Amino acid sequence: MTTVAKLIDTTLCIGCKACEVACQEWNEQEFTLGVFANTYQTLPDLAPNFWNLIKFNEEYKDGAQAWLMAKYQCMHCAEPGCLKACPSPGAIVQLPNGIVDFHQDNCIGCGYCITGCPFDVPRLSPTTKKVYKCSLCSDRVGAGLTPACIRTCPTNCLTFGARADLVQIANQRAVELKADGHKDAGVYDGPGVGGTNVIYVLKHASTPESYGLPKDPTIPWTVALWKGPLKWVANAAFIGTAVGAMLHYLKFGPKEVHGDKAD
Amino acid sequence: MQNLNRRQFLAASAATAFGFSLKAATSTARGLKIARTNQVHSVCPYCAVGCGVVIHTSGENVRNVRPYVVHIEGDADSPINRGTLCSKGISLKEFVVNDRRLTKPLYRAAGASEWTEISWEDAIAKAARKIKDTRDKGFVEKDAQGRIVNRLDTLGMIGGCTDTNEINYLLGKFRFGLGILPYENQARL
Repeated sequence: MTTVAKLIDTTLCIGCKACEVACQEWNEQEFTLGVFANTYQTLPDLAPNFWNLIKFNEEYKDGAQAWLMAKYQCMHCAEPGCLKACPSPGAIVQLPNGIVDFHQDNCIGCGYCITGCPFDVPRLSPTTKKVYKCSLCSDRVGAGLTPACIRTCPTNCLTFGARADLVQIANQRAVELKADGHKDAGVYDGPGVGGTNVIYVLKHASTPESYGLPKDPTIPWTVALWKGPLKWVANAAFIGTAVGAMLHYLKFGPKEVHGDKAD
Repeated sequence: MQNLNRRQFLAASAATAFGFSLKAATSTARGLKIARTNQVHSVCPYCAVGCGVVIHTSGENVRNVRPYVVHIEGDADSPINRGTLCSKGISLKEFVVNDRRLTKPLYRAAGASEWTEISWEDAIAKAARKIKDTRDKGFVEKDAQGRIVNRLDTLGMIGGCTDTNEINYLLGKFRFGLGILPYENQARL
């Protein structure tokens, strides 16, 4: 199956927030009132009922101000940290088309996926005790439709398609930006997690932190250790205990009670 | 689960303890809420761009269904927006399905502080009466130099951005018929 992806050309984003609203409309999430903190960032963070946020990063350089818009949502990693950390089978699935989807019916609300995510995306709902995040509209994509955010984007900042095609388009766009004088332009593709199915074109590719993106996203070593070597150590200890108990029984027989029975 | 025998119980316990899942791997997507909807093409009522929208209403045109709006999104066939919509347009469902949406004309009498519901007939009759009275009072047949002008300076007209060419043609005829000179349309608001 073709791996699908989302391309975000941050240089074309005008901060209209249509993708935010489209996401909430399609997923039937309640609107929440924003805050005013002397910036355009009226909605400060992702929430269990808000899966897609435009970050209005401000840049001040040579006395001029510029926006470094960044769309912030699940990156649909090739090697998802959330999936690695999840102890509940079927709660987090990686579909054949590359979408990482959460199935809340199977979620036990432990929140390990939040620890495992290198991009800090999943959010635990205090009311339902389940974790929620962007599904890349797996229902729409499964039916041959475009994800809601990409469909509505009025400036062509977002593109949906086969991952291989979008990587080409992104690289081409970076070349164009360089020719336009943006020397630092480049593509951000989550190198530490085997590539992400959300690809960014950035004006400042050497400093993705200025967009609020981690420079070197990796799955936390605690999760890697716990779900890697430690898992096998624990399995060995578990089986060893059972085998040891059996051997003990074979050698020494059942427990004998000595002395006063009242003890 | 109630009829679990000993062997099944042990199998389930072992599977749980060793972390094997007895469930088949999940690869199905969620159900699509617009899979069987009826689609009505319309125009976004907000700004003057006039983006095409598709209103998805509940499917099955059977006798016992009163259709309701399921979803609204941009019309991919519209040459204006080709499926896209802005943040205001994409929230159109909240405008259509809303307790506070006005569905009847409201009238506030001069000096009154409250709005009262009136029928469309009453509303149109009131508007016609006001237009007629204003026109009778303010109609200018001849200007200061005695030239025939037949104009009405005391009324203005405003058009909507989603009006079609046909509606605009009728509005134009209406305006010239009354002699109204000041006119504006929502495209500049």
